[in-house]
Amino acid sequence: MKFVKDILDKQRPMFQKGGRFEKFYYLFEAGETFMFTPDHTTDSKGAQIRDAVDLKRLMMTVVIAMIPCLIYGMWNVGHQHFIATGEVASLGQKLWVGVYVVLPMLLVSYGAGGLVEVIFGIIRKHPINEGFLVTGMLIPLVLPPTTPLWQIALGTIFAVVIAKEAFGGTGMNVLNIAMTARAFLYFAYPAQMSGENVWTYLGDATPVEGYSGATSLAVAYNASVEGTHTVVAAMGDSWYANLYDFKNLFLGAIPGSVGETSVLMALIGAAILIVTEVGSWKIIFSVFGGALFMGYLFNLFGLNAFMEMPPHYHLVIGGLAFGAVFMATDPVTAAHTERGKWIYGFLIGVLTVLIRVVNPAYPEGIMLAVLLMNVFAPLIDFYVVQANKKRRLKRATI
Amino acid sequence: MSKFVKLKKGFNIKLVGAAKKEIVDSVHPETFALKPSDFLGMERPKLLVSEGDNVKAGSPLLFDKTKPDVLYTAPVSGEVVEIKRGEKRRLLEIRILADKQIQYQPFDKYTISEINNISKDQILKQLVTCGIWPKFIQRPYGIIANPQDSPKAIFISAFDSHPLAPDLDFILKGQDQYFQTGLDLIKKLTPGKVHLNVDSDAEVSPLFSAVRGVEINKFSGPHPSGNVGVQIHHLDPINKGEVAWTLSPYAVVQIGKLFLEGVYDASKIFAVAGSSVKEPRYYRTYDGACIDKFIKDNLQHENVRFISGNVLTGERIASTGYLGFYHHLITVITEGDYHEFLGWLKPTSSKLSFHRALGLMSFMNRNKEYDLDTNTCGEERAFVQTGVFERVTPMDILPTHLIKAIMAEDYDDMETLGIYEVVEEDLALCEFVDVSKHNIQSILRQGIDLMIHS
Repeated sequence: MKFVKDILDKQRPMFQKGGRFEKFYYLFEAGETFMFTPDHTTDSKGAQIRDAVDLKRLMMTVVIAMIPCLIYGMWNVGHQHFIATGEVASLGQKLWVGVYVVLPMLLVSYGAGGLVEVIFGIIRKHPINEGFLVTGMLIPLVLPPTTPLWQIALGTIFAVVIAKEAFGGTGMNVLNIAMTARAFLYFAYPAQMSGENVWTYLGDATPVEGYSGATSLAVAYNASVEGTHTVVAAMGDSWYANLYDFKNLFLGAIPGSVGETSVLMALIGAAILIVTEVGSWKIIFSVFGGALFMGYLFNLFGLNAFMEMPPHYHLVIGGLAFGAVFMATDPVTAAHTERGKWIYGFLIGVLTVLIRVVNPAYPEGIMLAVLLMNVFAPLIDFYVVQANKKRRLKRATI
Repeated sequence: MSKFVKLKKGFNIKLVGAAKKEIVDSVHPETFALKPSDFLGMERPKLLVSEGDNVKAGSPLLFDKTKPDVLYTAPVSGEVVEIKRGEKRRLLEIRILADKQIQYQPFDKYTISEINNISKDQILKQLVTCGIWPKFIQRPYGIIANPQDSPKAIFISAFDSHPLAPDLDFILKGQDQYFQTGLDLIKKLTPGKVHLNVDSDAEVSPLFSAVRGVEINKFSGPHPSGNVGVQIHHLDPINKGEVAWTLSPYAVVQIGKLFLEGVYDASKIFAVAGSSVKEPRYYRTYDGACIDKFIKDNLQHENVRFISGNVLTGERIASTGYLGFYHHLITVITEGDYHEFLGWLKPTSSKLSFHRALGLMSFMNRNKEYDLDTNTCGEERAFVQTGVFERVTPMDILPTHLIKAIMAEDYDDMETLGIYEVVEEDLALCEFVDVSKHNIQSILRQGIDLMIHS
């Protein structure tokens, strides 16, 4: 790899102070440090050795944890396409449709967001942070496969500029960036982000007789409005055999956003995050706990079919699992204290189910629940920190 | 009441190159130096000697105008050969060319039976003039204690849990009588208790376990269990307005010797250790010894860093630099000034990490000794990861919030979040494990300085 290093070293003077591309130094630096870890050594006083971890590696771990969801999501986009059009297709064909649809989404998201990062890095003269490695992948995974590419670009740019850079960049943002992108698109372009016709990529093909593009959440919600069947019965009565039975909901071969349908894949991601200690297991567990708790509570009231739905169904419909694993655990926007993480996660679970069941306008709760709790996380932390201060003060006055 | 404290949080860093337990007596450095920068809290050093003066071991070299009673004295006898100054004439080193035979400045000498009858004022007077006083460190702030204060307690940690730390039992072997006498004397300096904290995970030598008249507390758990600040937090934490003193066991021995023999004996045994040392061993010398002779023909290769102290809290010195006043260790490790292709992505089991992120294998083998260099393994970034500092800080303190309060210069928060209870070494592990590569220890010192001058 010496020759690559030599090439880079040769270019370096152009980017350094006084060079022709001085302005783009941080772009050069980002490229260089991507290939070679820098030769920085520790300061003369203090810790003389440092842990082998760095932010790049941490972010890369999250990206790896998302790959099962991405690949399964690609297959599922193809799978949904072919069952909607009534064609029999092989695994390869399904994957191909998935790649054809999802890859451009991914490229647009990384391209648009990366561009904003670079521009801000150059203007503000700071190194380009790695956080976008994760955000850039999250955004396409939480969008319907039919989202127009220009909307993805717009949503990404909006989220990175308004939710992150306006607050001071990586590490300073209050709101989860991917969720902000999705919320922006949802409220700005509801026609492309909700309803029954966006969750399955049809292309130019016409769907088969009896086809319905409704998601599991919509089925549950409609059952509660009609009030004739239980939710489980309504799910069992789907247009395609066994589409919404519990096993299939868990595996995720159902219509929905690209990467969020499969609970199994989200759990594999969760396992990676927990084993590597990159994501907080406290948050992941407490989100699920909160959702189950709220589900049981609704069971007790049982005013409509959705309230009567068995609580464990809440864990497999919609994007709760994906959100719990990849959105709620974002360390910057989650609670920063360990005790706060329990409360933060639990309330996300509670709010998600509450929004799903009670709010007729918006069937999926996890997005708003995460954003809402992002806003409240500093408050939770405030009280946990306050308790720490009080213990210290109490000790002094005894 | 003696206490047993079991600590769970923390992290042991095991490194290659621990010193073999043998003492070399044959290396005699030519020069010794007193470095005013070693003394935290020294504000306006004023010299008492000039180049060419002859001094004895225990003769005053300088004092601090803000605490004029406390004298800083020569570790050895000889000629002051150079007074080295840096930018803005800042005093860096006072170098002494040592005599072949050390001559001692005489101080008052007592017999064991007289020790009990010495008054507090007599003890203080002798301690501040002989040069031992700067070994008394005050909490809060970790600065040199003020002899006029009356500390609520005095704390002594009898073990060092830092990487490659010298074995205190070993370097103080045979000093039992001086140690006991030293304890008897310092007991008179506080209306409270003297706490001697020993390692319950290892065999405690009779030097520490057989002492009388002090509280012996046991601490168990990974580093930083040996840090006196952590121990204070669990025994008798420091609240606003309170003052406690800390002392090393070596200083206690020196105090005993001062009163029984009437000399300021700055001789010490220290270790030269680290992966770049050919033969890591212990050496007998004096405070402030020039390290050049100890490392000559004793290095594996040339591209190394010399550290006075340990790898977590030490300070880089030159190959002709001097052993720090408080240090019993010179660590020599490889300088990490290299680029590594895809170093942030490659799986590695040769680099130590507290974390388990992708490809970091070291968590699978906790007992392996690592050969680490000074590479930062990444660049400074914004704070992103949370909850890690808390896992290496075995105190009821929220390091992330404290550090942020310091960065925001929020005095109220610094105080209420516990800045009085920590000094650099207590948060050194946070600096090591930090994903975002901040210099936590220097940030903490900035905060402490703000508090001192507020």
